[in-house]
Amino acid sequence: MNRIIVVTSGKGGVGKTTTTANLGAALARLGKKVVLIDADFGLRNLDLLLGLEQRIVYTAIDVLADECTIDKALVKDKRLPNLVLLPAAQNRSKDAINAEQMQSLVGQLKDKFDYIIIDCPAGIEAGFRNAVAPAQEAIIVTTPEMSAVRDADRVIGLLEAEDIGKISLIVNRLRPEMVQLNQMISVEDILDLLAVPLIGILPDDQKIIISTNKGEPLVMEEKLSVPGLAFQNIARRLEGQDIPFLDFMAAHNTLLNRIRRRLLGG
Amino acid sequence: MILELIERLFSRSGKNSGEDARRRLKLVIANDRSGLSPEMMEEMRREIVEVVSRYVEIDPREMEFSLESDQRMTALIANLPVRRVKRTRAKSQPEAQEG
Repeated sequence: MNRIIVVTSGKGGVGKTTTTANLGAALARLGKKVVLIDADFGLRNLDLLLGLEQRIVYTAIDVLADECTIDKALVKDKRLPNLVLLPAAQNRSKDAINAEQMQSLVGQLKDKFDYIIIDCPAGIEAGFRNAVAPAQEAIIVTTPEMSAVRDADRVIGLLEAEDIGKISLIVNRLRPEMVQLNQMISVEDILDLLAVPLIGILPDDQKIIISTNKGEPLVMEEKLSVPGLAFQNIARRLEGQDIPFLDFMAAHNTLLNRIRRRLLGG
Repeated sequence: MILELIERLFSRSGKNSGEDARRRLKLVIANDRSGLSPEMMEEMRREIVEVVSRYVEIDPREMEFSLESDQRMTALIANLPVRRVKRTRAKSQPEAQEG
């Protein structure tokens, strides 16, 4: 049974594309056949995060225009033979594709892959509807900021209206020291507000920026960093494994922080 | 100098702002989910007060209306402090009182 998952959020810039790239690479490392679809037409970026931007010849639009077969448009990742990308066109506008066409693309890929992961554009307009149309499951990415959580709630409502039954949540850019000082909403607060099951927590880590710069997802590294491990754990949870969440709080339970908390009464 | 440094280190600004965020988010999400416009809320509030006022005298200053969400269920919470029960209305419905 293959799975068609859309990675989405309400607010832009919360880490959807990074999540898509890392989950795709992590699942491929687990031996799954994975295709990543960039549904952000007009503003593609997934190719850049995967380090595949130089290798794009055809895009999803060329497939829809019958200018090439879907196999020709798929960009294979040399590092991970199980991972391929279906790029979005950059020189066309958002309206270059509609929901039926998105469904037709996924339909052509369905039987060849274990996971079809769709990177959704930000916002809740047409681009969102197209990306969501073929999906059976959704992963919502949010950061612990008020605007991101509020917009995530809006998106959950829309996904429920689209009858997407399985929705899970990733909390990105958590800053444990700020949570401990009660200066940031905690993961528990977010879960309480949004009421969807948690599938992963990622710390705010410079390594994520460095991996983007290099075009190399964190999960591809030989020795996994903390965020790399967190992404790998999410992939394992998707596979149904029961993996405990990393305890970022423990690392910040230092003497200085304990004193600080006591003084602040937090 | 050292005191100043310590003070900055343990700066109280922003203390518990996480709690503020949580409280404000709870309210705004409840309002978003209900899809009720401020005008509709106001109209509903006015009508509810009107109906309740037929039976009891409400303290208008202590009155509270809010929307709350829990596990994706939204509830309208109306807190209407009763000053006293109106006798006149009760007299006109003796059956209800006896039963």
